[in-house]
Amino acid sequence: MSAVPALEVRDLSVEFRTRSGIVRALDNVGFAVGKGETAALVGESGSGKSVTAYAVMRILDPAGKITAGRAMFGGIDLLQQSEKDIAELRGRDLSMIFQSPRTALNPIRRVGAQLADVLVRHAGATSAGARTQAIEMLKKVRIPDPERRAMAYPFELSGGMCQRVMIALALACRPAVLIADEPTTGLDVTTQATIMDLITELAAETGMATILITHDLGLAAEYCQRIMVMHAGHVVEDAPTSALMQRALHPYSAKLIAATPAASAELDRLASIPGNLPDLRRADLPPCRYCARCERRTDACEQPLPRHVQPDGHAVACWNPL
Amino acid sequence: MTSPPDVGSGVAGPLPTAGDATSGPPLLDVIELRKRFPVGAPAVGRLLTPFVARSRTRQPLLHAVDDVSFTIARGETVGLVGESGCGKSTLVRLINRLLDPTDGGIRLAGEELALIRARDFARSRHRARIQMVFQDAGDSLNPRYTAFDAIADPLRRLKRLTGTALRARVEELADLTGLPQILLGRFPHQLSGGQKARVGIARAIAVEPELLILDEPTAALDVSVQVVILQLLQSLKQRLSMSYLFVSHDLNVVRLLCDRVLVMYLGRIVESGPAAEVFARPAHFYTRALIDSIPDPARSKAAPRARLSGEPRSPIDPDPNVCRFHGRCPRGEVRCTQSMPVLRRLTAGHEAACHFAEEVTAVPV
Repeated sequence: MSAVPALEVRDLSVEFRTRSGIVRALDNVGFAVGKGETAALVGESGSGKSVTAYAVMRILDPAGKITAGRAMFGGIDLLQQSEKDIAELRGRDLSMIFQSPRTALNPIRRVGAQLADVLVRHAGATSAGARTQAIEMLKKVRIPDPERRAMAYPFELSGGMCQRVMIALALACRPAVLIADEPTTGLDVTTQATIMDLITELAAETGMATILITHDLGLAAEYCQRIMVMHAGHVVEDAPTSALMQRALHPYSAKLIAATPAASAELDRLASIPGNLPDLRRADLPPCRYCARCERRTDACEQPLPRHVQPDGHAVACWNPL
Repeated sequence: MTSPPDVGSGVAGPLPTAGDATSGPPLLDVIELRKRFPVGAPAVGRLLTPFVARSRTRQPLLHAVDDVSFTIARGETVGLVGESGCGKSTLVRLINRLLDPTDGGIRLAGEELALIRARDFARSRHRARIQMVFQDAGDSLNPRYTAFDAIADPLRRLKRLTGTALRARVEELADLTGLPQILLGRFPHQLSGGQKARVGIARAIAVEPELLILDEPTAALDVSVQVVILQLLQSLKQRLSMSYLFVSHDLNVVRLLCDRVLVMYLGRIVESGPAAEVFARPAHFYTRALIDSIPDPARSKAAPRARLSGEPRSPIDPDPNVCRFHGRCPRGEVRCTQSMPVLRRLTAGHEAACHFAEEVTAVPV
């Protein structure tokens, strides 16, 4: 990790106002991603992975409110920028690959034209130049016969092809930070592998900081140098991949690893994680949101969460780490 | 277990290695099953020229399931893997008798089911014998049925249960699947993903099927819940002595649960064999690419992995002499475009449809 991180999120808290109360979706989320680094945000559904990404990109649902925190990018706080300034950054310096490419692409516009739009808007390309650049980008994400495919509508392409177009869109302006939100969910394993190869390869080539959001710990472990484990709006552990996989410190991360079916696992040996995520609408949420499910719970867990950091950068928010 | 059943083009018999698979004739015997869908011709044109044009210009056919033969023994779990669009779902719908096959046989304990039309099957006495757990429990449960109604519906229709007998059976099923009885009055939107999966399983096993088809039963679940559901399925199989046909694209899950695996590619079975054997020594380039694609943190970054390039061939009127995998196959040769490889036996129970199967098995995974 380089000295100055490409993106640093500090103490980010997000609330959603709903009819049945305020949902405290994120609470003091903090992490940093270095230039050229690929880091993963891992957790169960509802743990706040996507909300973190949306908050940083400033595309939260209007019901969501950022109550505290900073997201530092190149010396500026993304959370303090005006709508107009952030729109300049989005797509150019900060980019995002969305889950389900078919719904994220415009269904009634040819994919080549969608790519050209980005280039004209953010890279100042002329419309003629954007066309050739768009085809160039499609070639880069290894779409066969890019000249012809540029004229296709999203429905004419397979899921893997659509995802390649999404990647081309996200990378068109060579962003400094890329957030990939479940980029391979719903794709076949063979396609998943080629898409992940492509993302990591392009990331290494352009030196982008990449955040991979996934619920698949195996995928994160294979492709990322660092893993941040989220649970109910907290980052409970943040560690280099090998350190986490060999010796997870947070009880939740350990359970998550034990529950993931791996090559050598046997069904009886796989652990389940008892209990559910706590109701984030409760006003009296305990400091540790995992404590109700935790086997290592003690009285100390009533105190505000600590943050132990080891020399190798392995951080854990737990009173009784493993 | 000594002589494989005589069922067409080289089909694996029940295997000696297949754990608790019992001896005797297979429970399910699928014989040279085919399903073709007409495609392409504009509907209006067909209406305007009802008889003349159709006889003259043959309509293009999509070969969704092509010459598929396999067996499932009693008590056996067979996994069916393959990418989207390879015909898994069509095959499952044929076996489950929701679709009529174009050609071929489906025998359940020796009785031919392929001749019963799909529309009549719901009222046939065989309906209860094959049941299915659908992919997304959230989408497949009727939103206006409570959990109780969802589980009771097949019992009312197929077992003619009513009143207290019905209530007792539903409660028994809730206990069996680990669904708290207090949740029986709830609607699907009031249940968690894991609870909905339990309702989906409970209603499928309600009528005591002999064959349970599971279509990606855990795809929509978090890993923590997935483990519990897989363990539930494993214990139910033993307690109720069912056979499973387990459809999934998560190979790690297939490896955990299945005795035997069928790998499907573009409508055809390209490899079949005992799960441990297929995962350790795949004999088809496609299977190898599938296995190499499983994310594995332990894998060395330097080791070369098989990756597929290119798009699958069109399933519409495919050339019967060309290997369906040709074009994506790293090995493809002229020979592959002149004669389509058929399933052939490599070792006991392990079969692959590739001219170079021995070559593939020779390289360790």
